[in-house]
Amino acid sequence: MTNTAEPLVRFVDVQKSYDGVTLVVKKFNLDMQRGEFLTMLGPSGSGKTTCLMMLAGFEPATHGEIFLKDQPINNVPPHKRGIGMVFQNYALFPHMTVAENLAFPLQVRNMDKSEVNSRVTKALDMVQLGQFGGRRPAQLSGGQQQRVAVARALVFDPDVVLMDEPLGALDKNLREQMQYEIKHIHENLGITVLYVTHDQSEALTMSNRIAVFDDGIVQQLASPSVLYEKPDNAFVARFIGENNVLKGTIKEVNGQACVVDVGEERPVHATAVNIGGVNTLTNLSLRPERVTLNPPEHFPNQFDGKVEELIYLGDHIRTRMNVCGHSEFIVKIPNSSDQGQLREGDAVRVGWKMEDCRALDCNDS
Amino acid sequence: MTDTASHHNPRDLGLKPLQTVDGTPLKVSLARAKRRARIRAVLLVMPLFLFILVTFFIPVFSMLMRSVENPVVVEVLPSTVEQLANWDETSGEIPDDDVFNALAADFKVAAVDKTAGKVGRRLNYEKSGFSSMFRKTARKIKKLEPPFKEGIIDIDKKWADVDYWRVLKRESREYTDSYFLTALDFTYTDDGERVLKGDDKRIYIDLFARTFWMSLLITGICLVLAYPVAYLLSTLPVRSSNLLMILVLLPFWTSLLVRTSAWIALLQQEGVINSLLVGAGVLDDANRLAMIHNQTGTIIAMVHVLLPFMVLPLYSVMKTIHPSYMRAARSLGANPYTAFVRVYMPNTVPGIGAGAILVFIIAIGYYITPALVGGQSGTMISNFIAYHLETSLNWGLAAALGAVLLVVVLILYFVYDRIVGVDNMKLG
Ligand SMILES: Nc1ncnc2c1ncn2[C@@H]1O[C@H](COP(=O)(O)OP(=O)(O)OP(=O)(O)O)[C@@H](O)[C@H]1O
Ligand SMILES: [Mg+2]
Repeated sequence: MTNTAEPLVRFVDVQKSYDGVTLVVKKFNLDMQRGEFLTMLGPSGSGKTTCLMMLAGFEPATHGEIFLKDQPINNVPPHKRGIGMVFQNYALFPHMTVAENLAFPLQVRNMDKSEVNSRVTKALDMVQLGQFGGRRPAQLSGGQQQRVAVARALVFDPDVVLMDEPLGALDKNLREQMQYEIKHIHENLGITVLYVTHDQSEALTMSNRIAVFDDGIVQQLASPSVLYEKPDNAFVARFIGENNVLKGTIKEVNGQACVVDVGEERPVHATAVNIGGVNTLTNLSLRPERVTLNPPEHFPNQFDGKVEELIYLGDHIRTRMNVCGHSEFIVKIPNSSDQGQLREGDAVRVGWKMEDCRALDCNDS
Repeated sequence: MTDTASHHNPRDLGLKPLQTVDGTPLKVSLARAKRRARIRAVLLVMPLFLFILVTFFIPVFSMLMRSVENPVVVEVLPSTVEQLANWDETSGEIPDDDVFNALAADFKVAAVDKTAGKVGRRLNYEKSGFSSMFRKTARKIKKLEPPFKEGIIDIDKKWADVDYWRVLKRESREYTDSYFLTALDFTYTDDGERVLKGDDKRIYIDLFARTFWMSLLITGICLVLAYPVAYLLSTLPVRSSNLLMILVLLPFWTSLLVRTSAWIALLQQEGVINSLLVGAGVLDDANRLAMIHNQTGTIIAMVHVLLPFMVLPLYSVMKTIHPSYMRAARSLGANPYTAFVRVYMPNTVPGIGAGAILVFIIAIGYYITPALVGGQSGTMISNFIAYHLETSLNWGLAAALGAVLLVVVLILYFVYDRIVGVDNMKLG
């Protein structure tokens, strides 16, 4: 799917400022392959929509160049870019029926009538709305409107489909179902999707690659598993999934490994990822499910903890502990029958492997 | 609870009407709860309702009644009217002695009561000459001796004219359609048939047509001028759009007389615009443009006055059109023009409809501006209604003209409802 010769979409050093004072997007670089499902994930105001708008042609880039199929498109008007777009509020035309909405992009391309009809029918069937062609958008449920919006963005075979938080307005169940459906459409049609969300689980389920955005910069661009397992920096570690952070000072660096003083008798052995030299500060990142209770001898990191709070979540028990003077230390304990019952106030020994503990930057404090 | 037993039987439960906990049927207690809300609503609306009833509905209704009421003749000349029933107006002969005797008797009473002039004035609307004829007769009736027929004809020759008698008989009914016939430019033939007046004698139909046409033109100009402004207003950030809105609303805040004198200063033959054009050599001094005290003046002034009524509904509708519609259209491949025509404009139809119908209905009944700057060719139907109310005192005709106007407006509203739907209309 990926690694074809040239990227379909390229952002090269793109910058954007609305007011001439602040840069909303600072030096944005992205290569997108044909057939890829790429998600831009980031907190509110980080510039995701702005990037989409620049690609769609509704906002000019202040600096830098955007390429579509190797053609610079900075001066191409939106209607000539051939980019499909699904809006957060769907933007279905209220005065047209569903079928008319779908026919619109085909009619403005002067396609002949029978071709329009067959394409509209096919698109409606694709989103399982064959019966609803004659209805007005207002007569559909939120999920159905969503599907119409997707079908409309796809019906004219665009090179890329942009989706800006398309599921934001739906409730949780429907959102999960629609994630699945959009994912299937993507796989079946082999389309290229640039997707925006600030829901990380949505990003993780749907994407081939995720660009994590913050402060107008791509913090890390990688596949979901790499993002989760191997975050490059503290922001990504914090933003994707749950994460225990221990602050400490680097005492020793031995190639991939490092030793960090966290103010306890024993230091923490961690993997060096994104750190300065000896005696600089670092954030240690540790996933809650990688912490083991009563660890075997060979674990290099072993500390005493005290159970502060237990939250029963069915498949696992979320345990808040005080470890290394850090009272927000979370451990996920699988709910298996052989686990002994923990109670609040119990003292437990916890431990983790060196590979699971990543020493990252400490710019945020 | 009296019927506890039956509550345990599920089959009974299905058949019985639902009950609240204390055993009252659900419907009864629901009605009770609703009644209180209804009474409250009625009490809240009552003061305004009474106000409108007293100051609007009753006066309008009684005014409209005047367009068909016609009590004067039968009140003042009761026995004449009675005797006229036996007279055949198609015979071509004037009535016989019985009618003249009754007329003399009625006139003697009327001369004392001084009511004859009233009848004369009323009949004069239908045929001129009645007024002087009645005044003269009332003055001389006291000294008149039988035979009355010859005596009365002696007083005024017109009593020997069949046409006058025909009108008198026709208008002796208590209700009349003659005001409406006049308002629609109909007239009676000698045989009492109703026919449209000849082309050159029509007044009101032409006037209605002109009023209609001018209102349509004013509405069209308002729409063309207001649409871009409303669009701009709806897309600007709030601070600048508020400023622009103040400019749009300015006409509401300046006195009409001030504005009118400004227009006169601007538009008259020796006015600013003409002088500028002549000064610039565009116009010859001899053919300065006539832009006021005629149709052009009325149209210019009324467009100015009515523009806000078009801008506001358009603005309020455009404000609700999310920019993403246009963006969606563009991203789907429509060029700016197609996107505007096929997506933006259809969504402003409720605003266009509301603004157009508002402006048109106000324009069609507008009085003050045409009266001030309209001159001869710029007068509209309301000016004639005012003329009949104030100068000719023919309130019946004024009421009939008003009623026709009202019906036209209602028909328009109905047509609008059919085409656009009134609940689609957004006024602000
Ligand atoms: N039209 C505009 N004019 C001025 N500033 C804007 C405009 N649109 C966005 N911004 C600013 O640019 C920044 C990035 O906005 P953007 O909409 O791209 O964020 P986002 O990542 O999509 O956020 P969200 O997740 O909330 O949608 C924000 O600080 C926003 O205030
Ligand atoms: Mg956004």
